[in-house]
Amino acid sequence: MSGPSSGCGFLMSVVVHGDLALNEQEKELNQRLKRLYPAVNEQETPLPRSWSPKDKFSYIGLSQNNLRVHYKGHGKTPKDAASVRATHPIPAACGVYYFEVKIISKGRDGYMGIGLSAQGVNMNRLPGWDKHSYGYHGDDGHSFCSSGTGQPYGPTFTTGDVIGCCVNLINNTCFYTKNGHSLGIAFTDLPPNLYPTVGLQTPGEVVDANFGQHPFVFDIEDYMREWRTKIQAQIDRFPIGEREGEWQAMIQKMVASYLVHHSYCATAEAFAKSTDQAVHEELASIKNRQKIQKLVLSGRMGEAIETTQQLYPSLLERNQDLLFMLKVRQFIEMVNGTDSEVRCLGGRSPKSQDCYPGSPRLFNSPVHKASSSQTYQTGTAEVEMELDHFSNGVSESSSNGFLNGSSTHGIDLEECDGDMGEIIIWRQLCGGSQAAIERMIQFGRELQSMSEHLRRERGKNSANKKMLKDAFSLLAYSDPWSSPVGYQLDSIQREPVCSTLNSAILETHNLPKQPPLALSVGQAAQCLSLMARTGSGSCAFASVDDYLH
Amino acid sequence: MMACLLEAPLRISVLSEVTATSRHYVDRLFDPDPQNVLQGVIDMKNAVIGNNRQKANLIVLGAVPRLLYLLQQSSSSLELRTECAVVLGSLAMGTENNIKSLVDCHIIPALLQGLLCSDLIFIEACLRCLRTVFISPVTPVQLLYTDPTVIPHLMSLLSRSQHTQEYITQIFAHCCKTPEHQTVLFNHGAIQNIAPLLISPSFKVRMQALKCFSVLAYENAQVSMTLVNVLVDGEQLSQVFVRMMQRDKPIEMQLTAAKCLTYMCRAGAIRTDDNCIVLKTLPCLVRMCSKERLLEERVEGAETLAYLMEPDIELQRIASVTDHLVSMLADYFKYPSSVSAITDIKRLDHDLKHAHELRQAAFKLYASLGSNDEDIRKKITETENMMDRIVSGLSESSIKVRLAAVRCLHSLSRSVQQLRTSFHDHAVWKPLMKLLQNAPDEVLVMASSTLCNLLLEFSPSKEPILESGVIELLCSLTQSDSPALRVNGIWALMNMAFQADQKVKVEIVRALGTEQLFRLLSDPDTNVLMKTLGLLRNLLSTRPHIDQVMSSHGKQIMQAVTLILEGEHSIEVKEQTLCILANIADGNTAKELIMTNDDMLQKIKYYMGHSNVKLQLAATFCISNLIWNEEDGSQERQDKLRDMGFVDILHKLTQASDPNLCDRAKTAMQQYLA
Repeated sequence: MSGPSSGCGFLMSVVVHGDLALNEQEKELNQRLKRLYPAVNEQETPLPRSWSPKDKFSYIGLSQNNLRVHYKGHGKTPKDAASVRATHPIPAACGVYYFEVKIISKGRDGYMGIGLSAQGVNMNRLPGWDKHSYGYHGDDGHSFCSSGTGQPYGPTFTTGDVIGCCVNLINNTCFYTKNGHSLGIAFTDLPPNLYPTVGLQTPGEVVDANFGQHPFVFDIEDYMREWRTKIQAQIDRFPIGEREGEWQAMIQKMVASYLVHHSYCATAEAFAKSTDQAVHEELASIKNRQKIQKLVLSGRMGEAIETTQQLYPSLLERNQDLLFMLKVRQFIEMVNGTDSEVRCLGGRSPKSQDCYPGSPRLFNSPVHKASSSQTYQTGTAEVEMELDHFSNGVSESSSNGFLNGSSTHGIDLEECDGDMGEIIIWRQLCGGSQAAIERMIQFGRELQSMSEHLRRERGKNSANKKMLKDAFSLLAYSDPWSSPVGYQLDSIQREPVCSTLNSAILETHNLPKQPPLALSVGQAAQCLSLMARTGSGSCAFASVDDYLH
Repeated sequence: MMACLLEAPLRISVLSEVTATSRHYVDRLFDPDPQNVLQGVIDMKNAVIGNNRQKANLIVLGAVPRLLYLLQQSSSSLELRTECAVVLGSLAMGTENNIKSLVDCHIIPALLQGLLCSDLIFIEACLRCLRTVFISPVTPVQLLYTDPTVIPHLMSLLSRSQHTQEYITQIFAHCCKTPEHQTVLFNHGAIQNIAPLLISPSFKVRMQALKCFSVLAYENAQVSMTLVNVLVDGEQLSQVFVRMMQRDKPIEMQLTAAKCLTYMCRAGAIRTDDNCIVLKTLPCLVRMCSKERLLEERVEGAETLAYLMEPDIELQRIASVTDHLVSMLADYFKYPSSVSAITDIKRLDHDLKHAHELRQAAFKLYASLGSNDEDIRKKITETENMMDRIVSGLSESSIKVRLAAVRCLHSLSRSVQQLRTSFHDHAVWKPLMKLLQNAPDEVLVMASSTLCNLLLEFSPSKEPILESGVIELLCSLTQSDSPALRVNGIWALMNMAFQADQKVKVEIVRALGTEQLFRLLSDPDTNVLMKTLGLLRNLLSTRPHIDQVMSSHGKQIMQAVTLILEGEHSIEVKEQTLCILANIADGNTAKELIMTNDDMLQKIKYYMGHSNVKLQLAATFCISNLIWNEEDGSQERQDKLRDMGFVDILHKLTQASDPNLCDRAKTAMQQYLA
């Protein structure tokens, strides 16, 4: 063995190994923090992961990835005390926050303080001595609550002990643990945004922090379970007093309006009947919206626009931006080969492309329920059948004033389906038909002039401009589907178009743009993030998703 | 009596009002058409639900025997029999009087007989009724065990349905009250049959199964040792219990699981330093003592915790720093609170009912916490008004509270510092003395044991106690039938005589009487004998006292000493006796009682050559006192003892390997040389 080279190799392998271990630790830390504090948005409020090399007194030395703290001052008098804060304050959305400190050495006198402090509190002190500073000291076992004199609190601690500090952000209290045993409440009425803090005062004192890098000695998850149960019980038992009846009616209304909004007309009617309430929109109108939505979601934009114009004559006329958006989408569908205009020109069947992916997103995607699947997969001939099927049980006569337009539309839909090309050409521009391409280009020109017209009439509109530019960019690629702008061709992009159109129609009927149910779910979610921002820790244990199952 | 007077007219008026309708229900049970009978029972069922008055009426009108008859008749349809069981179950849900009437009508054997039927619905109805009857405090649990075939049959029914599981485990949990019951259930496979139910999908089944284990394991090593080896779905039972103690589980479940682990630990099946005890059971029980829990839960939690850590100082230390337990317990004394008295009567009633239980539980837990560690005792006595609370607890009307208070006092009295300070400051001896005047034996044992500590020579309470005429009381304790009381009585006298002045010693001898003293020297209990010898030794210290006692009681004492040295006794007893002899040898005139007793001198000689060093040492000490130079007549004594061959023995002992014995022998030899 040649000395130097093998030595070098050995060293390298150690370094690599160290990195791996570090990565492992990092991974474990991230996993643990995610599990403990799922409600925390780390983009907004990062969690403490180590001590801050910037936020410490000079007598403090850091090592081991800023997790180990040692004292390097003279340690003669209390004036030599020194502290260090963690990199970030404790986010309220933790609900319950916990960290542990292991005493590696008590040094000369073991004057160590473990606790919390606000930003800006003097670091030439032990935690607990000043305003907005809180600490538990090892030499006497006293707790210091923003005061130079301590209160008898717990046992003393020394080399080998593991001291934990738990902040309850729901009731703003703090308790400590020693070697896995809870010592009871130490502080109440804590202010928000406290940093984990540790302070040392005599030479030789060394402590290690565990912000989640390792399993905790104390079973903090058990404590969190208790608080989760408490908060959920509080929600479940929220007093509604005498208004129980009102609540039921309100919930029924919300469900009904949700069904109506997304045009689940048969379900909506059945629900309304069984809960004995009135539907605030005519059934025919619901069915019309349903029809339009289906067209949009299957990519048949031309028909969708035409149907909209027929059923709601003034809607698009008054709302040119909406019309423009629809037309841009129509252009995209032409490129896709799914729009009815190009399909009639010998394009391919919309079969495979139209297979609508079931979206797991709730509330903004009625689609996967409405377009009861196979309809669009297995040839257009069945479309009408499926439509009928969908409104099963609702006889024409009973559906108050079913519009005449519908029957003609049924025919419209079928019009160009008879001579459908059998050969499916996968991913060809406009379905591979030359005529279709020409039609598409012509349509593009019309769109361009419409855009110019709009700009003249109503001034610049950057959104419209971008929309058009993105759509036209599709033509710049030989395979638009795998191009950087190819996402536009994804059928999921039909959803926002669909819901915008649906909302616009509803608005003309003086109905809400958004269903109250979605609104209240959105409001609850907003409320929780607002709670996180204003320091109400209970938001940690009240995730909206838990209630949506 | 008053209650009866008030009740009687009320009952008559009620009866006259409703008898007609109630009688109609009963009459229909006798209808010749079975279909009408069935309908009658169903109507009866609907009529009694939630109606205690109707239930009482039907019982008075004799519905029970008829229902039981129909239930037992094999000619009855299964439907009818089932409905009968349901109605009986409903009647049992009423008052305790209802249960008594049902039991008097022999409902239990009838229903147990019914369990032999194969129909599950009928079995469930019978079990449900049996459950209701058995969980009532008025039902004698023994009725479950009279027929030896019942338990095995119930075990076999456990597999039938969730309902049978729930009812049967609930019956077991309530009817397992003695070690015999535990053994019967254990021998019939209770553990194997019930363990799988701990993971039943039904909460009620899980809960009742858990309760079964807590009553089975209580002070039962056999059950506990078996439990630790049981696996439920591949998991150790102790781990299943640990999971049941998770903080999001219902409190009842946490508490009962903690009890199971506590009992298993106390029975020696789980070590006290096992994580499931130290990190799980103990913190769980401390949580049960918190203010957030119901009063009942706090009582059970504190009692169980006291039991868990009683023998283990490490657990006591951990508990003493967990969640401010010591100050948390102080809250147990605040019921009924002044707030509850004003705001609502119901709350006041509830608080009053639990106040005694809370206090005694707190005292028990304090006693357990402070039984070993001086720092913890200090912490306890420093708790707000603690000594005052103990003092008033000693004179409470509830025996349970008095006993617990004196246990607590006893635990704290092991502290020299507390005896010197708080015990004296609060004059705890006063209520303690009062308690000793008239109390049941178990209280007396604790109180007299505490008194022993208060009579230690460094205790400032010793003087006032002496003056309160305690000697007579202690002497009377030595005559008790209970060995524990005799020990404590004589022990206290022994402590009292330690370095006491002549007056006290004379008073002790006078009050006790030589007869009683010698009776105690032949007590079958070694402890009593040892403490009596100790008393004698304390009486016979300092020369004037020795001579005085020996001049009046010398003959009897020498007799007693001879008797013990000749008898079959332990080394400790003989050593103590030889020490007494050595003390006698230290007297001026008392010496002669030994010197003139050749038999005794031979005995001393024998013990100087004994194989046990302690006895050799004590005997040598005795001789050394007899030949001590500076005293009158020492020359004669030396001569006599030399003639008897003691010098040779002493000479030999100067070569002994034990350094103490060697020194002692040399010192004695020097007396001859001087």
